[in-house]
Amino acid sequence: MGSNLTVNYAEVIAMILFVTGFANLLLQKNLIKKIIGFNIMDSSIYLFLAVKGYITGRTVPIVVDNVTSVEAYINPIPAGLVLTGIVVSVSVSALMLSLTIRLYRRYQTLNLDEISTRLKKEGM
Amino acid sequence: MDMVRNIPFFSIMLAMFSGPVCSVLPGKVARVVNAVVITLIMGMSAVLLYSLNVSGESFVFMMGHFPAPWGNEIRAGVLEAGMAMFFCMVMLLSVLGGIKKLFDEVVESKHNLYYVLVGLMLSSLLALVYTNDLFTAYVFVEINTISACGLIMIRENGRTIEAAVRYMVMSLIGSAMILLGICMLYDITGHLLMSNIKESVTAMTAGGSYPEPLLFTIALMSVGLAIKCALFPFHAWLPDAYGYSTVSSAAILSSLVSKGYIFLLIKIIYRVIGFDIYTDSGVIDVLFFFGLAGMIFGSVSAIRENDIRRMIAYSSVAQIGYIFMGIGMGTEFGMVASVFHMLSHASTKSLLFISAIGLTDVSDGSRRFEPLTGSAYRNRIAGLAFAVGSLSMVGVPLFSGFISKLLFAEAAVSLRYRMIAVLVVLGVSTILNAIYFMKTVIRIYTPVENDHYPHVYLKDAPLYSIVLMAFVTLNVLLGVMSDPIVALIRKGLGMFS
Repeated sequence: MGSNLTVNYAEVIAMILFVTGFANLLLQKNLIKKIIGFNIMDSSIYLFLAVKGYITGRTVPIVVDNVTSVEAYINPIPAGLVLTGIVVSVSVSALMLSLTIRLYRRYQTLNLDEISTRLKKEGM
Repeated sequence: MDMVRNIPFFSIMLAMFSGPVCSVLPGKVARVVNAVVITLIMGMSAVLLYSLNVSGESFVFMMGHFPAPWGNEIRAGVLEAGMAMFFCMVMLLSVLGGIKKLFDEVVESKHNLYYVLVGLMLSSLLALVYTNDLFTAYVFVEINTISACGLIMIRENGRTIEAAVRYMVMSLIGSAMILLGICMLYDITGHLLMSNIKESVTAMTAGGSYPEPLLFTIALMSVGLAIKCALFPFHAWLPDAYGYSTVSSAAILSSLVSKGYIFLLIKIIYRVIGFDIYTDSGVIDVLFFFGLAGMIFGSVSAIRENDIRRMIAYSSVAQIGYIFMGIGMGTEFGMVASVFHMLSHASTKSLLFISAIGLTDVSDGSRRFEPLTGSAYRNRIAGLAFAVGSLSMVGVPLFSGFISKLLFAEAAVSLRYRMIAVLVVLGVSTILNAIYFMKTVIRIYTPVENDHYPHVYLKDAPLYSIVLMAFVTLNVLLGVMSDPIVALIRKGLGMFS
């Protein structure tokens, strides 16, 4: 198992980043830090996916010099999936940031626990 | 048959384009466009369902000019067409039932944006129902999340924005886990189309290669979808989100959003992993256990609530537990029971939310139980509808809830060790449901002297009354004519894999 971890070091780093982002998203009280955690988590999945497409010794999948054999290029599909994922991640970040702006304008704090306490006191 | 094959594609595209089109139209026109689009898609899905029922086999529709395994596909069978038609029906009734509250609670300039969100939500539900490609499913899961968040926060008060933030946090955790599972599955099988993945997975299990990654993938995808559906330990966001948003949003969220994800989970079980391989892994036991726990804890939390909308929201937690218990049973009959309960819960939960708002409106807007006493006499149609919904939830015969519980109990009898657990928890949760629902029904039907609140009669709110009568009819239809519907579900599940 040890040799697997060192050979696939990129996937290991991606998983460590995933858990870091996950913990930040869940456990941080500050809204901006939650959003940063979410971005770290999603970026780590894209790192994982991009590494899965790489094949040693081959180059980017753009045809140059009429070399059309499949053996010369890496797998292009994960790049497409990563692009789709980045678009999704950007939309969700924009949505969460706009929610943060609205909450800040109302309560002048970025701390989610404090906002909950104030809402309970308002007694809506 | 040829023209009918285009219907899934037309439905998804029509719903998706109605979104941006509504963003440039004024509020009143957007409302009409939205209602027309939903009715059109409902009609098309009914035609598709009829023709598929007659022909008896599902078909695959190639998206773009690339064949499998390189292109994208959508697939339609009896079950998919039936679910699409049902989702459209419930969504149309939910939007129409909450229109008056939409005018009161949302700023005038944002009305057309609400219909943008409803259109996107409908397109994502249809795509989740029809898709045959795993990554497309992920993209539409995200579209579903974003439009659900918009639906929660369009009514702007502090509670809804905080509820939207909490919803997004839990939902994003679920999405990330699903994405990671899909990436790992793509890595070990090399395919993204569900049928190709299934062949690959069957070959892998037979050959004994990659057992741990496959287990991990199954676990990640199942737990990710369960988090998004608000299964028991992950339901903290649910009461705030359903309890404080505008009533059409609450109805759409509670009845349709979770059903889309559950349908995707059933698709993954049947078409990606394979039913036998999925039941052999331990993941199904985890779903079963949390389903049982959710049934009990959801009802216990609902009993302690003093706010009618939060009580109905907690009851949703219990009902999602029922569905996961059915999936967790691991038998064909359990799946049939779960799918029937999806239909029954969707129609009943919408009914409860829309009738509850009628009751609170005649009690000076208060949602606590004390002012709600006797409100059924002030708004007779809402009281009747709420009573019908409560009886259905408890499981009284003649209504759809009874058929669901009957199907669950019948499915449990064929299990060996889990039968006792299922039957005991079914019984206990029925009693708990009766405690809080019947208590509310008795309270709203207790006559009050010196009633100074306004009364609302049938002619004051015609659209609202028609919507409630339609919901009640749907519920009674599901309860009384359940045999052909269960037969359709069984036939659909048979051609599902």
